[in-house]
Amino acid sequence: MTNSIGEIDNADVMFVIGANPTAAHPVIGYRLKMAAKNGATLIVADPRQIELVDYADVFLRLRPGTNEALLNGMIHVILAEGLADEKFIRERTEGFPEMAAVVKKYTPAYAAEITGVPAADIRRAARLFAGAENASIFYTLGITNHTTGTDGVLSVANLALVTGHVGKPSSGVNPLRGQNNVQGACDMGALPNVFTGYQGVGERGARFKFGRAWGTRLNPRPGLTITEVFDAIYTKEIKFLYIMGENPALTEANLHHVRGALEKVDFLVVQDIFFTETAAYADVVLPAAAFAEKEGTFTNTERRVQMVRKAINPPGEAKPDWVILSALARELRLKWNYATPAEIFQEIARLNPAYAGISYQRLEKEGGLQWPCPDAKHPGTPYLHQDKFVRGKGLFTPVEYQPPAEEPDSDYSLLLTTGRILFHYNTMTRYSGAIEPFKPEEVAQVNPADAGHLGVVEGETVKLSSRRGHIAVRITITDAVPPGVIYVTFHYRESAVNLLTGSALDPVTKTPEFKICAVKMEKLATAGA
Amino acid sequence: MITLTINGHRVEVEAGSTILEAAEKLGIFIPTLCHDPRFTPAGACRMCLVEVERARALMAACSVPVMEGMAVHTDTERVHAARKENLRLLLANHPLDCLTCEKNGDCRLQEYCYRYGIAESDYQGARKEYALDESNPFLIRDLNKCVLCGLCVRVCHEINGAGAIDFTNRGFYTKVAPAFDDALEASSCVFCGMCVDVCPVGALTPKQGLRRGRPWELQKVRTTCPFCGTGCGLELSVKDDRVVGVKGDPASPVSRGQTCVKGRFGLDFLHSPDRLQKPLMRKNGEMVEASWEEALSLIASKMRGLRGREMAGFSSARATNEENYLFQKLFRMLGSNNIDHCARL
Repeated sequence: MTNSIGEIDNADVMFVIGANPTAAHPVIGYRLKMAAKNGATLIVADPRQIELVDYADVFLRLRPGTNEALLNGMIHVILAEGLADEKFIRERTEGFPEMAAVVKKYTPAYAAEITGVPAADIRRAARLFAGAENASIFYTLGITNHTTGTDGVLSVANLALVTGHVGKPSSGVNPLRGQNNVQGACDMGALPNVFTGYQGVGERGARFKFGRAWGTRLNPRPGLTITEVFDAIYTKEIKFLYIMGENPALTEANLHHVRGALEKVDFLVVQDIFFTETAAYADVVLPAAAFAEKEGTFTNTERRVQMVRKAINPPGEAKPDWVILSALARELRLKWNYATPAEIFQEIARLNPAYAGISYQRLEKEGGLQWPCPDAKHPGTPYLHQDKFVRGKGLFTPVEYQPPAEEPDSDYSLLLTTGRILFHYNTMTRYSGAIEPFKPEEVAQVNPADAGHLGVVEGETVKLSSRRGHIAVRITITDAVPPGVIYVTFHYRESAVNLLTGSALDPVTKTPEFKICAVKMEKLATAGA
Repeated sequence: MITLTINGHRVEVEAGSTILEAAEKLGIFIPTLCHDPRFTPAGACRMCLVEVERARALMAACSVPVMEGMAVHTDTERVHAARKENLRLLLANHPLDCLTCEKNGDCRLQEYCYRYGIAESDYQGARKEYALDESNPFLIRDLNKCVLCGLCVRVCHEINGAGAIDFTNRGFYTKVAPAFDDALEASSCVFCGMCVDVCPVGALTPKQGLRRGRPWELQKVRTTCPFCGTGCGLELSVKDDRVVGVKGDPASPVSRGQTCVKGRFGLDFLHSPDRLQKPLMRKNGEMVEASWEEALSLIASKMRGLRGREMAGFSSARATNEENYLFQKLFRMLGSNNIDHCARL
């Protein structure tokens, strides 16, 4: 997030697109809801009628996969009606003419044709957003989990730049990060192309810096992403896979492909707190400690580094991940001697300039600190891009709408989209004695028109199939989903929706298109299960 | 700024402050049941009554704004008599089962009765007889213990926004309930548990720590929630190496004490019997228990036999920064940049 969660309280306009915070980020959901109740304007763009729609001033019910057309349409209105922040565009951005040239053809009528959103609503949303004193955009995987995910993010940035709604309190671009420490894992360089602090492995200076700190020579070639690793297992380029605390055998797209790779790889290590679906494929499984059984830090969606404190001992012989990794490093004859997580953090602060001013002492004394925090006296940064962008000028990027990789057709006539519900968190809450009995199974959402067409009733179990696989799933009939769309969460191994999803990727981020694939729904009896 | 005196002590506070806030500034105690600085004042419980010179009636310190030259007394006989009378009225309809009540030791009604020496009520009459609501897996509602302070109603409307519960009926029959007196699970309740955290008595009890420890036996550990990227502050209650309770941490700059169902009620996965407790190794196709030495030396031997580009590692958005740092450091020191995690998924 370029802003802080606390800044929602003072928002004038909030634009939520491709995010369902009342389910996926509930406390942020409360804030958005209360801000709307207290008078802030709320615009929601989503194919589904999510809870926030009840509080929204404008609901843009777009067809799945048409984010870029909607955003281009809004920008078109802003430019056509002279609502752009010309001073901001002049002083703080570049690339405006190229972007403006592309959005020219996205008239409200053209955008409406692609998105299914009435042109009048596109105009209204654009005027509200551009006319606000401050305005923030909130998005998550509804923008990124597409083959056009990168384009979606760039479009969001274009909208913020053209209105000057960035770099101010309560004004900015706010991806709500999914997992507790997904921000931190990125900051630490658990990515194929960058070391800690986004310093490129291809940059000589960065390689020298880390090579000297670690006492070794480093590989200058960026590595493979998760999705590419699975492909490389099939081609025998990858022979050894070590998975710490992830469950790709359930949460990755196109599971048959993934499970085949896990089966095929020469040696698989899985380190986790449970014997997951992925662990079943392992050669060695290592028992890890959970968050309450160790010390460390997490970095949240607003870039705030916060303490994680030990409350209890791990069960049996389970150990914290950092202890296991240190032991393995010593087994590999690397000279690692970390006595505490605090020592590891000091090393991080020395190598990552954004964390340089953060220490356990400060976190204990001051609570969390938001990066960038470059020195020990720096108070942290509640919002980014105040006077200038990291790259200097904010860059407009022209984005054209492109259809999804797989669209419904005569064989597979429904569009499947996936997500979460409030009560479950990915696959971990399935182990909660309180939550699991409350929400023990999938309840897929089907529009009354589609249910009527097939003659299925509330609570019936149906067969859903795509070109890649099939599952049986119980349904509820609701107009929360539009006709032609079916919604299934990815929490349940018994109805693993990713057996259906495709492996088409965003060309830049290699993110699979979890949000769209074509499926057909059949009655279980006639489908013969 | 407004200047007033409380019990003869001068204090300056901003205009619009309440008598209670002025008293807090002086460190003067005023009991409250229905007050929480995060919500609109209700003035419902009348525990905070104080005497204001030249005012006819006693005033509710939680909701009366200060005025220039005001002279307030919090410890007079008249104030004490009123507070005692209020407690007697509350006790007239409150089960005295403190021996088994989960709130024993952390109950504000109990605390004030102790402070003012009220053991029982002189008022005998009709008593509330509501059935215990244990229908959902998260919390128990015992409306017989409810003092109608309305904190749960206000947290639900003013913080969560769900507005699942409110006062229903009138007079003696007043109670807090979802619309149509439905079960919570049939209402707009999202089981955030914040009503449980603000309840000053034993009317709302979480099921998670039932009979697992008294408040004074619990060690409190402040930490960060392990579920989504919001990063809410949590306060874990620990006894005998078990997490027996969870509350939102009001000091958290992120969540200000707020929680959702997952952080508040979903942490019992920690004590799941399915937790992995020993390393496992595949021998003749079977997963069997192994020692750490065996497991690590096997992994190391496999890694030593490979070039960096032949190995890959998936790190974890669930693990700490320190662990993610070490994970990528380990692979990079072995010559592999094939490190990723689920951020792109």
